[in-house]
Amino acid sequence: MTILPLNDPALLALSLALPALATLAIAWLGRWPNLREAATLVGAVLLFAVVMMLLAHVLQGARPELKLVAVAPGLTLALKVDPLGMLFAGVASTLWIVNSLYSIGYMRGNDEPRQTIFYACFAIAITATMGLAFAGNLFTLFVFYEILSLSTYPLVTHKQSPTAMRAGRVYLLTLVGASMVLLLPAIVWTGLVAGTLDFRVGGILDGKLGAGALALLFAMFVFGAAKAAVMPLHRWLPAAMVAPTPVSALLHAVAVVKAGVFTVLKVTVSVFGIETLQTSGASEWLVYVAGFTIVAASVVALRADDLKRRLAYSTIGQLSYIVLAAALASPVAVLGAALHIAAHAVSKITLFFAAGSVYTAEHVTKVSQMDGIGRRMPWTMGAFAIGALSMIGLPPTAGFLGKWFILDAATGATNWFAVGVIVVSTVLNAAYFLPILTRAFLRPAKGPRREAPLPMVIALSATAAGTVLLFLFPGVPYRLASMIVGG
Amino acid sequence: MIASHLPVLVILIPLLGAVLAALSRHGFAAWLIALLASAAMAAASLALLFRVQAEGMISYRIGGWAPELGIEYRIDAFNVLIVVLVSVVALLTMIYARRSVLAEIIPERIAWFYTMMLLCVAGLLGIAVTGDAFNAFVFLEISSLATYTLIALGRDRRALVAAYQYLIVGTIGATLYVIGVGLIYLSTGTLNLGLIAERLAGIEGSRALIVAEAFIAVGICLKLALFPLHAWLPNAYAYAPSSAAVLLASTATKVAIYLLARFLFTVFGGHVDVGALPIGAILIVLSVAAMFIASAAAVFQNDVKRILAFSSVGQVGYITLGLALANPTGLAGGLLHLVNHALMKGAAFMAIGAIVLRAGTAKLDELSGIGRTMPWTSAALTVAGLGLIGVPGTSGFVSKYYLILGALEAGFGWLAILIVASSVIAVLYVGRIVEVVWFREPAEAARASREAPLELLLPMWVLAGATIWFGIDAEWPAGLAAAAARQLLGGAP
Repeated sequence: MTILPLNDPALLALSLALPALATLAIAWLGRWPNLREAATLVGAVLLFAVVMMLLAHVLQGARPELKLVAVAPGLTLALKVDPLGMLFAGVASTLWIVNSLYSIGYMRGNDEPRQTIFYACFAIAITATMGLAFAGNLFTLFVFYEILSLSTYPLVTHKQSPTAMRAGRVYLLTLVGASMVLLLPAIVWTGLVAGTLDFRVGGILDGKLGAGALALLFAMFVFGAAKAAVMPLHRWLPAAMVAPTPVSALLHAVAVVKAGVFTVLKVTVSVFGIETLQTSGASEWLVYVAGFTIVAASVVALRADDLKRRLAYSTIGQLSYIVLAAALASPVAVLGAALHIAAHAVSKITLFFAAGSVYTAEHVTKVSQMDGIGRRMPWTMGAFAIGALSMIGLPPTAGFLGKWFILDAATGATNWFAVGVIVVSTVLNAAYFLPILTRAFLRPAKGPRREAPLPMVIALSATAAGTVLLFLFPGVPYRLASMIVGG
Repeated sequence: MIASHLPVLVILIPLLGAVLAALSRHGFAAWLIALLASAAMAAASLALLFRVQAEGMISYRIGGWAPELGIEYRIDAFNVLIVVLVSVVALLTMIYARRSVLAEIIPERIAWFYTMMLLCVAGLLGIAVTGDAFNAFVFLEISSLATYTLIALGRDRRALVAAYQYLIVGTIGATLYVIGVGLIYLSTGTLNLGLIAERLAGIEGSRALIVAEAFIAVGICLKLALFPLHAWLPNAYAYAPSSAAVLLASTATKVAIYLLARFLFTVFGGHVDVGALPIGAILIVLSVAAMFIASAAAVFQNDVKRILAFSSVGQVGYITLGLALANPTGLAGGLLHLVNHALMKGAAFMAIGAIVLRAGTAKLDELSGIGRTMPWTSAALTVAGLGLIGVPGTSGFVSKYYLILGALEAGFGWLAILIVASSVIAVLYVGRIVEVVWFREPAEAARASREAPLELLLPMWVLAGATIWFGIDAEWPAGLAAAAARQLLGGAP
C-alpha cells in the first residue's frame, strides 16, 4: 500500500472530528436512547478504523502532521503522530469500542440518570485523548490535557451526591491546579529556553540549562502532570472512584491516567531527550519518588476493603512503573514503559469491568463480600483473574512484558533500588490480588449462578482475551515501542 | 470630509444622543436613541481603527486651534484599542439593556437611565481620545457623575449607599489627579500630554514632578480599583442595575487603566528620576496582592454579582502587573488581558443580569440547578468563568500566557509562579458557581424560570463567543495589543 501524502492530514483531522461529531450526535439524539447509543458505537468504530489506517502508515515510517490553527505568535495548535502517541491513541480508541458496549449494559442495568450528558462527556474526553496523543507541541498537549480534565469532571460528579461533589472538587482542583501551577510554567519556561515548543526526539533542551535547572524543570513536568498520580499528588484518583464504573474503567484506568504518564514519557523522550537526562542526572531523584509511590500505593491497596479503591491504588502503583522507567531514561526503559502503557490499560480495564459487573449483578462493592462469587459469576471472575495475573506480571499475560523490560533497564543501569522496588512490589501485588481470587473461587457460593448483563460479559471477556493475546502476539505494540527512541 | 472629524465624532455622537434621550422623556424612544447613537459610535470607532492602522497616529485639533492654546485629540495604536472596546461593548450593552431595564427601573426614570449611560460612554471615550491632561479630567468627571447616577438608579436601597461611597472615593481620586495635573502645569507650562513629555526631558530632578506623578498615580488607581483602593467597587457593581453593571465592569476600570498607562509610559516614561519613585515595584506588589486577596475574597461571596466584582479587582491586578513588567511581552499580555477581561466580564455580568431578570435573584444558594432551565445563559456564564480561570481555548489563557512569558523574560520566575498560583483561586470561585448552577437539583427559583429572551442572549453570546474565538485565534487582538505595547514603550507619542 502506498502512502498518499494527502490522506494523512485528513485522517488526523478525522481522528479528532469523529469523536467530536459523536458528541454532537449524542446530544442531539438524547431523546432516543437506542439511536444515541448507536451514535456512540458508530463513532467508536469509525474512529478505530481511522486510527488503524494511521497505524499502518506510521508502521511504514510515516509521521503525519497537521497544523490546526495558529492561536497567537508562538502558540500553534498542531498535530504530529509519533510511535508513542500512536500506541496511546491505538489503545484508547480500541478500548473505547469495548467500553461503549460495556457502558450500555452498565448504565441500563443500573438505571443511571442523566445518560445523555454521560455519553456526551465521554465522547469529549475521547476527543481530548486523541488530541493529546497526537499533539505536535507542548501547547497542544496542554490544551487537550485541560479539556480532558474539564470534560471528565461531570463524569466524576455523575451521582451528584455530596460525596461525589466533594470528590469532584478534589479531582478538579488537583488536576487543574497542578497543571496550571506547575505544568504551564514549565511549558512557558521550556519555550523561553529552547525557543520552540515542538516535540523532537532527542529533546530540545540539550545544553541549554544547567543540571539543577533541568532537574527542577523535570520535576515541574512530572508533578504538573498530576494525572500520572505520582505521590503526593495521587489523592484525586481514589476520590474519582465514586464515578460510574465505565468511567473508572476507561478514563481512570486508561485515558486520563495514561494521559499523565504519556505526558511524562513524551517530555522525557521529546523535550529533554534521554541522553540529556542521563548525562545530567536530572531525573535520578524521580527513581526514588516513583519507587516510593509504587511501594506505598501497594501497601495501601493491601489494606483497602473497597474493591474499586483497591484497584485505584493498584493503578497508582502501576503508573509509577512507567514514571520509574522514564526516570531511568534509557532506550530499554522507554520501550518497557510504552509496552506497560498498553498492557496496564487492557488489564486494568478488565479488572474494572469485572468490578462493575459484580456490582451490577450483586451490588457487591467490598472485597469482604466476595466470598464464592467466582462460582456464581465464572466469566466475570475468570476475566478478573487474568487481569490480576497481569497486574502481578505473570506470563501468559501482557503485564509480564512491560515489567520485564523495565526490570531489564533497572539491572542494566545497575540501579539496585529500582530492582528492589519492582521485586517488592510484585510480592505486594500478589498479596493484594491473590486473596480476592481465593475468596471468590474457593469459598462456598451463597446463591445461584447469575452473570451480569450480556454486553458487559462480552466486553470483559474481550479485554481479558486481549490481555493474553497481547502477551502472545506483542508484535505491533513492540514495533511501535521500539520505534519511539530509534526514530 | 466627515472622516477627518472621526476623533471628535466618537464623543459628539453619544453626547448628542444623551441630550436627545433626556429630551425624549420616553423610555422606548430613549432606548432607541441610545441604540442608534451607540451603533453610529461603534461604526465611527471601527473606521478610526482602520485609519490608524493604515496611516499611523492621528492628531486632531479641536476648533482648529494648535496645541498649547487648543485641545488636541491624539489617536494611536494604544487608545484606538480602548475606543473600539468601549464603543463595541456599549453597543452590545444597549441591545441587552431594554428588557433588563424594563424589569429593574421605574418607568419614568428609564429615559434618564439611557441619558446617563450615553454620558458615561461619552466621558469614557473622551478620556481615551484626548491628548490633554485637563480635558481628561473633565471627561473623567462626566463619566464619574454619570456613573454615580447609574448606580443610584438600582432598585435595591443599598444602591444609594454604594453610589454615595463611590461618589466620595471617586471625587477624592479625581481631586488627587487634578492636583497632580496642576503641579505638572506649574513645572511645564502646558497641559498637552505630548508637549509635557517633551518638556519634562529638559527638567532634572524636580520634586514637584515626583509629587505630581505620585498624585496622579494614586488618583487614577482609586478609579481603577487597584487593591487596596477597591472598596467602592464590589457594592457599586452588585447594586447597580444589571445593564449598568455590564457597562461599568467591562469598560470603566479599563479606561482608568488606559489613563494610568498613558501617564506612566508616554508622559513620565523615563523622564523623571524613576529611581526616586519605585512605581513599578509598588505596582507589582499591589497587583499580586489583588490577584490573591481579592480573588480569595470572591470565593467567600454569596451574591454572584459580588463574586464577579471581587474577581474584577483580582483580574485588574493581572493587567496592572503587565504594566509594571514594562517589557514588550508582559505589557502586551497586560493590554490583551484588558481587552479579554472586558469581553468575558461583560458576558458574565450579562448572564447574571439575565438570571436576575428570570429568577429574580443573584444569590448563589438560590440558583441551584438554574442550568437546567436557562442552559444558554448558564453556558455563557460558564464560558466566561473558564476565561477568568485562563483555561486554554479561552482568551484568558492567551493573555496569561504572555504575562507569564513577560515575567520570565524580566527574570522574575517567582512572579510567573504567583500568576499561575493565583489562577487556581479562580478555579475555586468559578467552580462554586458551576457546581451550583449545573450539578444541583433545581431549586424553586430555577423551576420558576425559563431561558432568557433572545435580545439578551444575543449580545451575551457575542461576548462569550469572542472569549472562545480569541482563545483559539488570538492573532488579531494579540497583534493589536503588541502594537499598543510597542507604542507605549517607544516613548513620546
